[in-house]
Amino acid sequence: MPQIPPHERLAATIRNAERNEGVALIPYLTAGYPQPARFVSNLRAIAEAGDVVEIGVPFSDPMADGVTIQRASHAAIAAGVTLRWIFAELGRAGELAAPVVLMSYLNPLLQFGFDKLAAAAAQARVSGFIVPDLPLEESAELDQQLDARGIALVHLVTPATPEARMRTLCAASRGFVYAVIAKGTTGGASALPEDVTGYLDRVRALSRLPVCAGFGVRTAEQVRALSGHADGVIVGSALVEELEAGHNPGAFLGALRSRRH
Amino acid sequence: MQIDKQASEKLLGQLIRGELPDARGRFGPFGGCYAPEMLMPALERIGAGVRRWLHDPDFTAELGRELRDWVGRPTPLTPAPRLGREWGATVYLKREDLTHTGAHKINNALGQALLARRLGARRVVAETGAGQHGVATAAACARFGLPCVVYMGAIDVRRQAPNVERMRQFGTRVVPVESGDQTLRAAIDEAFRDWVADPEGSYYLLGSVVGPHPYPYLVRELQAVIGREARAQFIKATGGLPDVAVACVGGGSNAIGLFHPFLGDAGVTLLGVEAGGRGPGLGDHSATLGRGTPGVLHGTYSLLLQNADGQVQETHSISAGLDYSGVGPEHALLKAIGRVEYVSATDGEALAALRECCAQEGILPALESAHALAGARRWAQEHPGRRILVGVSGRGDKDMPTLSQVFADATGAANRH
Repeated sequence: MPQIPPHERLAATIRNAERNEGVALIPYLTAGYPQPARFVSNLRAIAEAGDVVEIGVPFSDPMADGVTIQRASHAAIAAGVTLRWIFAELGRAGELAAPVVLMSYLNPLLQFGFDKLAAAAAQARVSGFIVPDLPLEESAELDQQLDARGIALVHLVTPATPEARMRTLCAASRGFVYAVIAKGTTGGASALPEDVTGYLDRVRALSRLPVCAGFGVRTAEQVRALSGHADGVIVGSALVEELEAGHNPGAFLGALRSRRH
Repeated sequence: MQIDKQASEKLLGQLIRGELPDARGRFGPFGGCYAPEMLMPALERIGAGVRRWLHDPDFTAELGRELRDWVGRPTPLTPAPRLGREWGATVYLKREDLTHTGAHKINNALGQALLARRLGARRVVAETGAGQHGVATAAACARFGLPCVVYMGAIDVRRQAPNVERMRQFGTRVVPVESGDQTLRAAIDEAFRDWVADPEGSYYLLGSVVGPHPYPYLVRELQAVIGREARAQFIKATGGLPDVAVACVGGGSNAIGLFHPFLGDAGVTLLGVEAGGRGPGLGDHSATLGRGTPGVLHGTYSLLLQNADGQVQETHSISAGLDYSGVGPEHALLKAIGRVEYVSATDGEALAALRECCAQEGILPALESAHALAGARRWAQEHPGRRILVGVSGRGDKDMPTLSQVFADATGAANRH
């Protein structure tokens, strides 16, 4: 029986969650933060509560990230977290309740080696990659390696992206399209930008893939506001802060998801 | 990364003919544009602005007038006979230290500020290491009425205090960066973060030949005035070309500016001097070309000081302006094809060269430029009786807090013995 490629399963998971829950919830955690020893248990709890899990590969120069993820990245590097370690931990974690995508700046992937990367990712059941400093123009080499194993390279679009470019990015993306909703870095804004629903509707009209909104989403109210305009919502810095405070990630994510009070 | 002889000759030919970077910002295998999607439209706009204006007669005329009347170009080529006697060579110094604001950085800051104005920027963002690029940008923005914010590593804020005050006098807001390594690399990260928040209204005035395309090209074109002037002045003064041209390399803008017009002169050795810091251990120096490996940092594929996992490593240099883990992609190519030789000078060698230049010629070079002098002195000893051109990229006034500290420590140590 032919297997469904991971990127198609990723898209289908998001679509199903959108249908059943109103919007797919995509929690983000920086690998190995705050404690490397707690990574697998946090990951399992987050995979139970979310529909897709985004794991951040720490990098020394996270220029698209705000203070929370910068702090998490630097601490994780200091604690010895590497891409190799992440793959090993994913192997140890076994089958998770939700598909996994890795968010990594380009250089750690480049040093790992693109050819070995696709094999290691497939082995660790990684469904996709988000690479915030790899624009479409430079992405052919990595895309080719990942695509050969059905692993998604997720492209990002932003409110600054012109329509023609947005169309190209949506067509090139796999798994889903990551719609950055706020200018600035991750975790920044406290309120959703005014024109966010119109922007998401525009992206959705151009994309055959699910569209997931991220950057600055923190509250259940915001998740509700984005439902119906995005297929999924990515929650990063707010969850990292919960983990930092030692709170139960499942409870926080469950509350984000609650449609009624 | 090494490139074979035939391919190297071809790439050098392309560089000399002005065919590199190519349309995608590549210098052979290096360069490119690895920027967050949020910045791609802004980079595209700057690229279009560069194509439209950089060689436009009105733009170059305005830039030329400002370089003459405000910056004070051309800068002199000063014979250095007493240094020459010490070194056993004929020595000339290209005096970027005599520009307005005291370093070569003004050539780039002025040019980009003019470009930013034509592109309709509402504000300018910049990073700075030693503070020279920050001061130059602050001055250019004041002259053209552009609001300006400069990010500066907290360590650099302390060791280059006079420059922080100068920026403030020009009306610039200086933001100390406490994250990361608290030097130039963290300042660049933070300037990018600021730009990502307002990619349409802000213009990022990057200070070296690093970053995503088109910056390495744009900054080189604006700095090449150093080498064009120096080449003509050297010929006028001596009747011929130098045997070697020497410049310090951090990100590499003054070196590219000095070297570029000499690339086609096969008889001129080009020597780049990096910061050897305290020694060869990772984290003790900033000798990216000498000890780095290929990778992507701050939007460009070049050489980097990094570990096997791709984490960029902290650096050390007594000079804030050379204290950077990356280097311009064109330098990575020039090393790979063997056209430029890269060496390093330690903190101690740079300090000795600074003192020698003060004592022999009455010129206080910046600690960055002192690395070039140290490299030139060593080259002179290995090649007696030659003609040497040294790029003095800036003046050392801004280094007085560091120098006072170093000399106080030395005096203290001497008194204890």
